[in-house]
Amino acid sequence: MAITAASGTSSSRATFDRFKWPVGYVVVILFLFFLYHSILPSLVRSVSAPVIAWLPVATINECLMWAILALGLNVVVGYAGLLDLGYVAYWALGGYTAGWLMAFPFNWEWDFHLFSPVKVTLPGTHINFWLVCIAAGVLCALLGIIIGAPTLRLRGDYLALVTLGFGEVITQFFRNSNNIAGANVANGDPGISSIDPAGTGPLGAAGIAPKLLTNSAVGNVWKILVLGLLVGICIFVSLRIREGRLGRSWLAIREDELAASMMGVPLVRTKLLAYAVGAFFGGIGGVANASLITTAVSPSGFDFGKSVLVLLMVVLGGMGNVWGVTVGAFLLSWLNSNGLKQIGVQIDSWFGTDLQATLPRYNYIILGLLLVLMMLFRREGLIPESRTRALLKTPSRTEAESLGAESLEAEAETEAIENADPEEDAKIAASAAAMAGSGAPGLDAPRREEQ
Amino acid sequence: MSESLFDSTQLGSTPDSSDSPDAERQGHGPGIHPVGADGRDPVEANVLYADHITIRFGGLVAVNDVSFAIPPKSVVSLIGPNGAGKTTFFNVLTGLYEATEGAVYLDGKDVTAIKPHKRAAMGMARTFQNIRLFGLMTAEENVMVAMTPHLRAGVFSTIIRTPGQRREERQARETARELLEYVGIGKSEGELARSLSYGDQRRLEIARAMALRPKVLLLDEPTAGMNPQESANFNEFVYRVRDERGMSVLLIEHDMSVIMKISERITVLDRGTMIAEGTPDDIRNNQTVIEAYLGKTGTREGKRNPPTNAGEA
Repeated sequence: MAITAASGTSSSRATFDRFKWPVGYVVVILFLFFLYHSILPSLVRSVSAPVIAWLPVATINECLMWAILALGLNVVVGYAGLLDLGYVAYWALGGYTAGWLMAFPFNWEWDFHLFSPVKVTLPGTHINFWLVCIAAGVLCALLGIIIGAPTLRLRGDYLALVTLGFGEVITQFFRNSNNIAGANVANGDPGISSIDPAGTGPLGAAGIAPKLLTNSAVGNVWKILVLGLLVGICIFVSLRIREGRLGRSWLAIREDELAASMMGVPLVRTKLLAYAVGAFFGGIGGVANASLITTAVSPSGFDFGKSVLVLLMVVLGGMGNVWGVTVGAFLLSWLNSNGLKQIGVQIDSWFGTDLQATLPRYNYIILGLLLVLMMLFRREGLIPESRTRALLKTPSRTEAESLGAESLEAEAETEAIENADPEEDAKIAASAAAMAGSGAPGLDAPRREEQ
Repeated sequence: MSESLFDSTQLGSTPDSSDSPDAERQGHGPGIHPVGADGRDPVEANVLYADHITIRFGGLVAVNDVSFAIPPKSVVSLIGPNGAGKTTFFNVLTGLYEATEGAVYLDGKDVTAIKPHKRAAMGMARTFQNIRLFGLMTAEENVMVAMTPHLRAGVFSTIIRTPGQRREERQARETARELLEYVGIGKSEGELARSLSYGDQRRLEIARAMALRPKVLLLDEPTAGMNPQESANFNEFVYRVRDERGMSVLLIEHDMSVIMKISERITVLDRGTMIAEGTPDDIRNNQTVIEAYLGKTGTREGKRNPPTNAGEA
């Protein structure tokens, strides 16, 4: 009776453990949405103002967008163990895909509308946000394979250097894109602006939500749900892939590439898939950024610093752990977009200093400092993968044994060896004897003495 | 014991007795090359056949014109002093190195140009001299990684978790547990590989290799670090693998007592050249082998010391 009760609670606890993070995530997103949609507007200003100052709705959206990127890079770096310093390339290509398919970029001759919420009379190409997300994902996955293919023979530092180069190449390509062999491909330095917002479909038609998610106060609130859904999809895909055949192959490659290939894991295919899946997320992040956050793309936004920032999110959050990476992305992008400024404002009001303007400008110094502190005190990240925790906290069994750990098994083994000593001696002797041409016991070999 | 298990039909003539080391060294005649002498095509007759393999690293000839055969359902060994080229040869078989000359046939198919992971999928599995497990994966996951070539689920079916994918995963997990049970670490399925004891890690490596459902299992010094009790059980285990699973086993070993008891055929390499091939008895009595191991003058010393001990044991 007691046993059944105990097992009952333990199984329900296991179920709870399994779902606490996904449920927690959904609760947080819904809470934020309702907070900004209905709770805050109905509160008095003195209560709502600090909340809005510390966590403006635009910042929430930015955090969610960065989480998509961090989750994508986590597949490459955290799962497959391939260091990618040029992740911004996919973000840029995703953004430009939105620019090509959701705007009137430059003097293109045709008008094309496909399930787009914007007015039919608007010139240019206008395709539905979700379709563009898929298109950008696929395009970026292809780019990921193109970038990945030549770099696959490289390891570690060399791989990082080449991906870094590719990241820069993509940015330079878009910078010069107003004249690629005489054609204006992506409008060069000014980039493409006024990219379509996402529509709300039936919700908009029913009058519950605004028809278009523009950068208005109401639009921003509803974007929480759209971006939250995108992040949710990325989390879901990350978790599911991790469980299957492909996820195991990635981990195996991360652990020991050579052994993995000897166990039938196709290295090239598996690594390229890691690049492709990571790039797919990056492309979606690019569309989300271009359409919902900036409504414009230009080459200046896609610098090397952004690649490093995403990598920081992954490392700080906990490489390989989806939830850690999500939290890392939220924290860093909050600091970057609004947190530092607000901390400056707070310090100013306490001490009468003037940090409000300077603190955000020193963001990279502060983030770098944060990274150093993390490496000193919590190397495994905020919410580490359980495996990584094991790596950093406990020595491996063989290491422990070589240091003389007194585990029961180790003791038993030593005992067995001690007990078996005479036999062992005999064996060694027998080996030598066998080689010396004399019969060993148990081998009923003819004894020869002809030398 | 080894004689009774020895099946001579698959292999050709045994090398002549070894009074003349020079004769052994110079030629690549039937005395050295064991295969094909009975008239059967060695490629067809053997599950793994290495045909006149030579490997050069720059000017260094690591393996020189070695032919080697593993008949179906057999236990054969590759021995030799340190630096004899055993592991290099092993790496050519598994595809890690490319042979400068010669060809490797697996189950009658030429696999010389085929990548390691494909060879693994075709039926060649190995373990490593210095254990190479996926340390931060559980024992069960380690074994399941080696099932990758036999699983069909793609990215999309994994994401939406189709019934087919779920069934496949469940079966893979059951097989993995069964294999862990088979090698005797059934209780450790959920433990990280790096937290297993040394002996259990060796077992896990074998379970992982067996998960590939190989036709030939290549074990690189499997008893290194095992205590006498374990290595005694190991002999029995190898025969079980051969008889119950129908796999051929190739061993690379230093421990002569293990090799002599367990092998049906033994091939001896020295400085990249095959110096002898035959039954354990042939090898034991082979003058060239003795010299290779103990040195020319070592023969006399070897005669003085070990036999007395052996007599007592």
